[in-house]
Amino acid sequence: MKKLSVIDNKRCTACQSCMFACSRRDGHGGLSNSCIGVKTAGGFEGDMTIVVCRACADPPCAKVCPTNALIPKSTGGVRLEKTKCIGCKLCQQTCVIDAVFWNKEENKPVICIQCGYCVGFCPHNVIKLVTK
Amino acid sequence: MVYQDTISRVLYIDVKDKKFWITDRKDLFDKYIGGTGVATQLLLEECPMGIDPLSPDNPIIFAVGPLVGVFPLASKTVAMFKSPHTGDLGESHAGGRSAIAIRLAGYGAIVIKGASDFPVYVSVQGNQVFFKDATTLWGMNSSLTPARIMREREKGAGYRTILRIGPAGEKMISYACVVSETYRHFGRLGLGAVFGSKKLKGIIISGKQSLKVTDSKKYKQLYKQIYDQAVNSEVMRKYHDLGTPINVMALNNLGGLPTKNLQQTSFEQAKEISGENIAEKYLGKRIACAHCPTACVHLANLRESYKDSPYFYKTTYVGYDYEPLFSLGTMLGIENAKDILILIEEVEKYAMDAMSAGVILAWATEMFEKKLISTVETAGVEPAWNNTKAYVDMLAKIIKQENDFYKALGRGVVYASEIYGGKEFALAHGKNEMSGYHTGPASHLGYLLSARHSHLCNAGYSLDQSLLMEKEVSPEEIVDKLVEEEGVRQILSSLVVCFFSRAIYKDMNLISELLALMGIKYSAEDLKRLGREIHSEKFKFKLREGFSFENLKLADRVYETKAPTGYISRDYIERALIYAKKIIEK
Ligand code: SF4
Ligand code: SF4
Ligand code: SF4
Repeated sequence: MKKLSVIDNKRCTACQSCMFACSRRDGHGGLSNSCIGVKTAGGFEGDMTIVVCRACADPPCAKVCPTNALIPKSTGGVRLEKTKCIGCKLCQQTCVIDAVFWNKEENKPVICIQCGYCVGFCPHNVIKLVTK
Repeated sequence: MVYQDTISRVLYIDVKDKKFWITDRKDLFDKYIGGTGVATQLLLEECPMGIDPLSPDNPIIFAVGPLVGVFPLASKTVAMFKSPHTGDLGESHAGGRSAIAIRLAGYGAIVIKGASDFPVYVSVQGNQVFFKDATTLWGMNSSLTPARIMREREKGAGYRTILRIGPAGEKMISYACVVSETYRHFGRLGLGAVFGSKKLKGIIISGKQSLKVTDSKKYKQLYKQIYDQAVNSEVMRKYHDLGTPINVMALNNLGGLPTKNLQQTSFEQAKEISGENIAEKYLGKRIACAHCPTACVHLANLRESYKDSPYFYKTTYVGYDYEPLFSLGTMLGIENAKDILILIEEVEKYAMDAMSAGVILAWATEMFEKKLISTVETAGVEPAWNNTKAYVDMLAKIIKQENDFYKALGRGVVYASEIYGGKEFALAHGKNEMSGYHTGPASHLGYLLSARHSHLCNAGYSLDQSLLMEKEVSPEEIVDKLVEEEGVRQILSSLVVCFFSRAIYKDMNLISELLALMGIKYSAEDLKRLGREIHSEKFKFKLREGFSFENLKLADRVYETKAPTGYISRDYIERALIYAKKIIEK
């Protein structure tokens, strides 16, 4: 199975190309649908932090979902069944690395599905799909 | 426009009465796209004629364009105001995360009005605006600390911009800048002083909405095309490899590198302070503006020892470009790269325009050298080429406004030379200190005629090289070319694409196609016409505020120092200006 991994956060320029790519999966611009985030740690003088789902083997986010909208994948991580989700945000509060992003417009979580689309748009080889 | 697109929403913020309202200005965005085009109209509406730029009546306008958040390199915010430095149109552009944050917070423009009775900072979170008491942040001696505090207190990490001023803005130094994300600036023409006059310490904006396009498949395909060009093409290489500092050697070899207050056009120590050398010895990392794969922002790693304590060091990342290497480097005869980085760091701390600051110090040095001023004026400092310590002291005294001389230095070379003399070598265009290109008549005409007064806004520098160095070209032809290029750049800055990507975006057919995806219809012809119209709308403001072609003058020094095209002739410049008046005022 393939998993999205941060290879070297020190190469990251905070260009946000990955974030925009991820959001663009649904065919539109902006960032509401993105589930990868790049933050500075202590301003731009510090290293960047790339926040994205680690595809846990026994996903804590799925365990707290009251409607079983997050379905654990056999390869790790989760798949969201949108129609079941009631927008309670419990998953978001549970993920300790803040990898559950929130699409405000839909009031639903967005969590990485390990598709690798963002990788093609990182100009600096920060992220990669690696086989576990 | 695509249904529900938020580009035409304008957020008005009144910092006096601490209120805000949102108005849909489809009228303006439909006609002028966004950015410069829309900001010019908002300025004409909001800025009463003839006001003091530091009075509460001076509005601050920020505008972005429809492609922001949709295509890469559409990453700039245009700021407009009446300039406290020149009394003329104030226009300044900055990247960082500003444009993305404004657009994804759901706005096309923000207008800030009035003046607060006490220091405030403003936090914009989607449809809500919060006014925070910034009394405690006022008067801190570095622009970095308040930024850190705002960053820690406010939400939206990763999706926000923090625009703030430093000591120079608080003191209303007329060339104070506004800093965005530590390393990007609304640098020129004194936006920081206008913030200061409003007691506005900063503004934080965050947002992450989605932006709909009409055809997703085509969108992804066009995106990829532009992205690939930005990442792989030769035209962008200059900006990401060595970055603009590559110009130090280029201009030095050409003989167009202003040195020691333009007494020279090449510098013996150019190699030491070149982009090549700084990259090799100091380049610490590169960062990017939001939604820009290029990452042109070069940060040098500056390690300094504390003189009072052995084995005690500090390390700072200092952003460097060609412009500060010229203004705080060659102009001051600084022979050592590390010293320039130290000066850049000082200027950053105070948040003032690096270009104006350097040119002002260069003028003061020559004044002192020629004994036109003494240590009485300089309050004991002895400015001399390559004396970094003296320059550090003088910058501090400008911020302190220590005496009348430093108060004058806080208002620019033209103002200071009117009081103390030395007009012949006070290097400014329309009161704005010169930028780093003495390549020939076209570069100087470009600054004089530019609707924005910054080097990037005209084609003069490249015309000197591509045309004038090759053959004789009439002043009329040069003006025609400059004005034509200005029109194109008005479109780029209305879309707010980075000028560094102009080779990608200058194709009007491409722009028309990209806008069509947003449901906005302009033909390539419409765009060309609109570019010219926006240019003349800007001149409407300029002429209203007293701009006149007859008052445009170049310092004698410009004529006395040979450029790569030879000595610049007064006659040539005069003929050009007479012609420019005819075609622009008509
Ligand atoms: S969202 Fe967080 S908790 Fe859930 S699988 Fe990903 S990393 Fe694990
Ligand atoms: S792998 Fe796919 S879902 Fe995950 S962050 Fe990248 S683009 Fe988004
Ligand atoms: S695309 Fe790469 S360099 Fe750019 S923000 Fe994402 S991880 Fe960082």
